[in-house]
Amino acid sequence: MEQKLLLLGDEAIAQGAIDAGLSAIFAYPGTPSTEITEYVQHSAQATKTGIRSSWSANEKTAMEAGLGVSYVGKRAMVCMKHVGLNVAADAFINAGMTGANGGLIVVSADDPSMHSSQNEQDSRFYGKFAMIPTLEPSNQQEAYDMVFYGFELSERLGTPVLFRITTRLAHSRAAVSRRAVLPQNEIRLSSDLKQFILLPALARKRYKGLLKSQALFIDESENSGNNQYFEGPDKSLGIIACGIAWNYLMENYPDRVIPFPVIKITQYPAPRNMIEKLVDECKEVLLLEEGAPLIEELLKGILSKNLHIKGRLDGTVPRDGELNPNIVAVALGLENTRGSEIPEIVVGRPPSLCMGCSHRDAYDALGEALAKYSKGRVFSDIGCYTLGALEPFNAINSCVDMGASITMAKGAADVGFVPAIAVIGDSTFTHSGMTGLLDAVNDESNITVIIADNSTTGMTGGQKSAANGKIEAICQALGVEEAHIKVIKPLKKFHEENVKIIQEELDYAGVSVIIPRRECIQTLNKKMREKAKDK
Amino acid sequence: MKKDIILAGVGGQGILTIAATIGWAAVEAGLFLKQAEVHGMSQRGGDVQSNLRLSDKDIASDLIPFGKADMILSVEPLESLRYLPMLSPKGWLITNIEPFINIPNYPEMDAIMAEIEKLPFFVALDAELIAKEIGSVRSANMVMLGAASPFLDIDYHFLENAISKLFGKKGDKIVGQNLEAMKAGRKVAEEKIGGR
Ligand SMILES: Cc1ncc(C[n+]2csc(CCOP(=O)(O)OP(=O)(O)O)c2C)c(N)n1
Ligand code: SF4
Repeated sequence: MEQKLLLLGDEAIAQGAIDAGLSAIFAYPGTPSTEITEYVQHSAQATKTGIRSSWSANEKTAMEAGLGVSYVGKRAMVCMKHVGLNVAADAFINAGMTGANGGLIVVSADDPSMHSSQNEQDSRFYGKFAMIPTLEPSNQQEAYDMVFYGFELSERLGTPVLFRITTRLAHSRAAVSRRAVLPQNEIRLSSDLKQFILLPALARKRYKGLLKSQALFIDESENSGNNQYFEGPDKSLGIIACGIAWNYLMENYPDRVIPFPVIKITQYPAPRNMIEKLVDECKEVLLLEEGAPLIEELLKGILSKNLHIKGRLDGTVPRDGELNPNIVAVALGLENTRGSEIPEIVVGRPPSLCMGCSHRDAYDALGEALAKYSKGRVFSDIGCYTLGALEPFNAINSCVDMGASITMAKGAADVGFVPAIAVIGDSTFTHSGMTGLLDAVNDESNITVIIADNSTTGMTGGQKSAANGKIEAICQALGVEEAHIKVIKPLKKFHEENVKIIQEELDYAGVSVIIPRRECIQTLNKKMREKAKDK
Repeated sequence: MKKDIILAGVGGQGILTIAATIGWAAVEAGLFLKQAEVHGMSQRGGDVQSNLRLSDKDIASDLIPFGKADMILSVEPLESLRYLPMLSPKGWLITNIEPFINIPNYPEMDAIMAEIEKLPFFVALDAELIAKEIGSVRSANMVMLGAASPFLDIDYHFLENAISKLFGKKGDKIVGQNLEAMKAGRKVAEEKIGGR
């Protein structure tokens, strides 16, 4: 019997890419996308065939590196979480304009219900925005297979391909069968050496080409086999199920026979003919989309005339949050099988900073140094240290997007809110903090920046941080005065000393940087375990 | 055959090891499997759960529908109650009773036990204590797996093979301890079923 692999959706994508002739993968970690790149990094097959895999400083640099690989004719994958695509958006949208040479797949992992994220934006909008094909597999096997198709499509139609997954697929495991391994491409530049020059005159030409390609992309959606029309005898309802919503629909029909006509969509732009047929032949149409009502809005428009369209906009399906089999059951008018309620005594158990985490000691010191000022002065960022927002610390007052700590503190300080403090992690600092610090130096802003350096990207499981060993040099090079770059050791026994140093820098009218430095205890433990294993 | 299992615990307690062991056994037994895990933020000491689905037919959804879980297997008592809306009226709750207290408002143990005992089908055991008794404090999770094993509809030897496979790299001693822990847990559950 052929050997099947038991893979997470993320891992199926990674194995698919390795088998489909990948030459390089670039990414910045972010739940739920992180395991794709980690899988390639740990794959013996990838190492043997010389596939490059590295963590980039941020999603934009990853996206551009991927485009460089595509430029030379090789296959590249770029991975990020949904909000990472905001950071990469400039490169991403313009890559739609340049088109691809070697196959280029951009994986964006959405997190509906915000299990580990600031928002639940739906990456399919970015596919539409860039006007490029988008794939949305419904299960692990499709995820594996669609990587082959995605690379082939990307090269055949000369376009990057967006690959959209959501948390449930990313982090759910199932058996996957493999295909024959493809070799990597040789270096072969585009026949048009001006393809990647988006000077206005050239860009206008490329844009006309992109507009012309739209018909091809829709054709592909109608005919690739990824979107399927299933006939059904009962025309009182037609169903459009996108991506993983398909599984929840099938779950409600144990014999897998659905009485209504159904379109399964896993490829965009939306297959116009299929949808037209469904809308024409059915009395009502139910949209099941994991994420935003993207197709629903397309069908309904703003006029609310097409009232027979049901989904998230008319409340048939909740407006926010991820789908599940029960939500779909209720939307279909089937029985809600919810069991007994959660007993009242059950309280929430929010995540918290690990015992012994260096951020704990840093916040203790900061809290004491700030005690004499009014509250609400700490602009924070995204990482484990964001957990300082919760009890018992209540130590921070903002968390918006990566890098926003330094720049928000700068804005506040520039209009007279002093002291203003920024708290940012080492990985976040090199992701998006450096440019903001340069702004603050150039503007002589009166801020105190705490770069909590635990030598790793803690929140996402301890990936290598691009900042390792470089923070003081970066701050100095950006123009922070050496006398106001202070490294402290966040430990109880240095508490008094640390409070004093923070107070001094709060009193200094200019940019100062304090670096509490102690390794994340999770990565430290992991290292020790690995060392013990090697012995 | 269909077994839908909710694995519950607190981030860091290692429920994924239990999931992996059952998963190995199920694959060897020739079953279909889907297993939705929780990664990310909650792993920092928050509540975590995994949906493990086994079947002799193809499985559609990665998530178990509400009210359809055949079992909740929890390595922590408070967490065992969090997923009751998922449990089928005929389902079993298998739970550890050793609390993991990392929140200030952790409820009274008596109140938790009272809720557990309201259920028609449950096995509650002190996995840490049992693991300690057999001299392998770190095998509490395998005690819990053992307690769940009579309800899994998977031949016991597939579970034994899975443990040998997954812990093999750590040496025969560790494999032996985990096998013994599983056996001890199984005994508790069998006594409970027998005594009913
Ligand atoms: C644009 C964007 N990319 C990625 C993430 C996911 N993410 C959140 S925190 C974090 C790591 C932060 O690492 P660091 O700043 O070193 O802090 P630590 O967690 O180690 O304390 C990542 C990658 C995100 N929220 N936004
Ligand atoms: S993983 Fe590391 S950085 Fe995050 S809370 Fe734990 S010790 Fe702190």
